[in-house]
Amino acid sequence: MVSKMSQVQEKELIYQYLSEISDPEIPVINIVEMGVIRGVLFHGSKLEILLTPTYSGCPAMDMINHLVKEKLQNKGYDSVEITLVYKPVWTTDWMSVETKEKLRVYGIAPPVGKATSKKGLLNEGSVFCPQCGSKNTEIKSMFGSTACKALYLCNDCLEPFDYFKCI
Amino acid sequence: MELLDLSRFCMRLGDSCLIMAHRQSEMCSKGPFLEEDIAQTNLGLDLLGQAEALLIYAAELEGKGRAADDLVYKRPERDFYNFMLTEQPNTDFAFAVVRQFIMALYLGKVYETIAKVDDDTLSGIAAKAVKEITYHQLHLGMWVKRLGDGTQESHERVQTAVNELWMFVGELYEEDELDLKMQEAGYAISGNEMKAYLTVKISTHLTEATLSVPEAVYMTTGSKKGIHTEYLGYILAEMQYLQRAYPDAKW
Repeated sequence: MVSKMSQVQEKELIYQYLSEISDPEIPVINIVEMGVIRGVLFHGSKLEILLTPTYSGCPAMDMINHLVKEKLQNKGYDSVEITLVYKPVWTTDWMSVETKEKLRVYGIAPPVGKATSKKGLLNEGSVFCPQCGSKNTEIKSMFGSTACKALYLCNDCLEPFDYFKCI
Repeated sequence: MELLDLSRFCMRLGDSCLIMAHRQSEMCSKGPFLEEDIAQTNLGLDLLGQAEALLIYAAELEGKGRAADDLVYKRPERDFYNFMLTEQPNTDFAFAVVRQFIMALYLGKVYETIAKVDDDTLSGIAAKAVKEITYHQLHLGMWVKRLGDGTQESHERVQTAVNELWMFVGELYEEDELDLKMQEAGYAISGNEMKAYLTVKISTHLTEATLSVPEAVYMTTGSKKGIHTEYLGYILAEMQYLQRAYPDAKW
């Protein structure tokens, strides 16, 4: 029982360490908030971290692998293995309200609605400008600075901004 | 389901994604304007990610000790199984758009089917990819329409692309022994179903874009046996150059 308790605590501690790692492309949110950490497993002295990619070709994944290993090795875990898992499929629905707010403050319009609602990835007409809060926005390009974003323009404050696609 | 069959199935699909990604990467700096340039490379990135996931799985199932990189960099032309359509050159923007649009329709249907199979890795890869490909269909479909009912010049160019690429569409619903096995196991729809789906989707879209659907032509065949048009060799010459000049070089 005692050892079970300590493993739960250790897991919490590892999640805490991992939450110190910023997303390589969106530095205001960490990789736990991003939802890419899908599990922490103990195999004797070996630690296995389950990761899921955001997009199939997300170039940040290699960097995240590297940062996870580096962080845990610095915390004394010499044997860390990272396993890529595909199920359940990553979705922006896993982002908490707080995480979405962090994105907005940083200047990225957070995903609107639920991916499962099938209302479409772009939610044209309901994306708010992260700068001035106006709803009078239009899409400029379906593709933005990274695979997960689209480019929008605010018709009121005239600022262009990234929208985190609802996927 | 024999592992080797599943491996070959993943390799075929992965090869098509890989070659599409390469063609898409060649569009970098050649988009008609900056935002579209970024869009084109992003499309390539998704496809490269899908290719990587599929080829890692194909290599693992094959169990010959090869890694995904070995499959990409060390196979000769005759051991690649991508559709001939995917290797056709970016003659102009219209060719690139039409080729990728038709393939996006095809891939969407394929991923939708394998997202339901009882294999967590493959169905997971497909469930993720289907979201990405749906987005590609929207974007590329927009371009087919925009070019089709645009200027006389754009209309003529996109119609030429459709006409020239049409002979490569037949491979997408062709069936060989492996396809039949995969269909039986529920991993693929039949050639007839795929043909009907593609015909309806493509014709409807072309008509909306004020373009005409080409008349029946002779359809090429052979990529499932590793036979290709002249263009694949040039792609591989560039893609595999470094690994051939400096075997096993690491980044």
